[in-house]
Amino acid sequence: MTDISLLSKGEAGQKLTKELLLNLGPQHPSTHGVLRIMLELDGEEIRGVDTIIGYLHRGTEKLAENFTYTQIIPLTDRLDYLCAPSNNLAYVLAVERLLGIKAPERAQYIRVMMAEMARISGHLLISGALPMDLGAMTTLLYVMREREMIMDLMEMITGARMHTSFCRVGGVREDLPDGFEPRCREFCHVMKQRIDDYERLIAENRIFLKRTRDIGKISGEQAIDWGLSGPCLRASGVNWDMRRDNPYEIYDRLSFEVIVRENGDCYDRWKCRMDEMRESVKLIEQCLDQMPPGPVAVAMPDIAFPLNKITVKSSMEAMIHHFDVSAYGFPVPKGEAYVSIEAPKGELGFYIISDGSPKPLRMKVRAPSFINLQALAVLARGCYLADVIAIIGSLDPVIAEVDK
Amino acid sequence: MSNHPLRELLQRESIQQHCESVYETFGMLTLTVSKENLLALCHLLKHDSALQFNFLSDICGVDHYPQRPRFETVYHLYSIPFKYRLRLKCRFELDEFPPSVVPVWQTANWHEREAYDMYGIAFVGHPDLRRIYMWEGYDGYPMRKDYPLRGYADHYNPFGEARSEKSEGA
Repeated sequence: MTDISLLSKGEAGQKLTKELLLNLGPQHPSTHGVLRIMLELDGEEIRGVDTIIGYLHRGTEKLAENFTYTQIIPLTDRLDYLCAPSNNLAYVLAVERLLGIKAPERAQYIRVMMAEMARISGHLLISGALPMDLGAMTTLLYVMREREMIMDLMEMITGARMHTSFCRVGGVREDLPDGFEPRCREFCHVMKQRIDDYERLIAENRIFLKRTRDIGKISGEQAIDWGLSGPCLRASGVNWDMRRDNPYEIYDRLSFEVIVRENGDCYDRWKCRMDEMRESVKLIEQCLDQMPPGPVAVAMPDIAFPLNKITVKSSMEAMIHHFDVSAYGFPVPKGEAYVSIEAPKGELGFYIISDGSPKPLRMKVRAPSFINLQALAVLARGCYLADVIAIIGSLDPVIAEVDK
Repeated sequence: MSNHPLRELLQRESIQQHCESVYETFGMLTLTVSKENLLALCHLLKHDSALQFNFLSDICGVDHYPQRPRFETVYHLYSIPFKYRLRLKCRFELDEFPPSVVPVWQTANWHEREAYDMYGIAFVGHPDLRRIYMWEGYDGYPMRKDYPLRGYADHYNPFGEARSEKSEGA
């Protein structure tokens, strides 16, 4: 299939060029995972892009049909593994919609705070990885330092760094630990200055600007047609953020700005994420300020696990009940619900069809990375080969989420 | 939600003549539509100035085995100007596949390829209907209800189920 005889001598000694099929990946450091791209090249110019995915397909949706509703939560962690709390949140909101319940206020604040921490963590990684793909290694090393602070905070709350699985249907697993608030405030304080540092480091770097400005441009209308969402869509001038337009949890009580940029090129997508991190820091601070005391899970023993472990270990009935809930799950009323949230990558939706049993009949994940990656074919057409790397980085696909 | 402006907009004759029923479930308005009317309705929903469903969030294939009609596609639409959400449902039998909505929303391309890959729903008129997650030449459609969770046993998958006569068609 691949024709490597690129150049051949013509009759009068002039060079004849031929289109070349180039394979990029699946094992390539700048494809951010196991992504394979077949590029049709005319010299250095891209004529066509065929994105081949599925190397990381784990059948999350098929597995979910065979798991109870609580068992599915860890599966959602492994979609966009940089932002596990957002995935958990979207999933439990869908189940809660079917059950017709709402988590207690304190739990909602904890969830939103963790989702915003996850947003910073995800945006940090990509805003460091994009310059690294273009040759500026330093930023990545710096962002990793701050990402480590978020990991430590996550570990403090949940005991895990990456796969937190902290949300539960009807609340969160447990309350925040002692001494969390000062640590988190310290992080917010530090983070604000650090974002300025990164910008000073890279935002006006001539090489970085040359490699990202006016590269991979897409208009707002086209971006909507291709289903882009999140920072990728807002960078094209579409003012749409579900946290503001269709508020879920307690977002309607928080004040923040929706970052919109005009150009829709790689630089704007990168800059959009940078500015969004500032807003996320503000949101975390507001959550800490407003967080009321109270329970962190609904008082529904059929759904929520009993928090008091001593009761479980000392009373026979409580133990049987605990076993029952964890082994067999709880039935969810018949029906269907689609709930989507503004995840770091874009619109993350969970569509669950329940047949009234403790396992879903169908669970569909509307994975933002999957849809954003589709637009690579449009963005890269007509660009140079080296620009493909910048475009992939600016679309921020997490292959685990693309492949589900 | 019961007196939501969207409900009134959907009661208009131009919309009603294309769909079979309108109902609300768990806070979302849902239209059921036959595959013959699907494409016309999608065009209408996108281009109607009072609706402008310009964003296709998701297409989901569903297998209702052993119920009939067996398959269903579910479309989740969003209107960025008006912030409406709407669900379309289209149910059909095997081999009577619905048309592709790629002419209306480009983003449907990969969604439909995924539904084809997982359920074998061959959307009519799709510009590039190939498998997306599984590889070319993969046998069967893994998300179908009669497809075993661990797959079928072969050289690479010793833990799969043995293929029986009944499941040959899967």
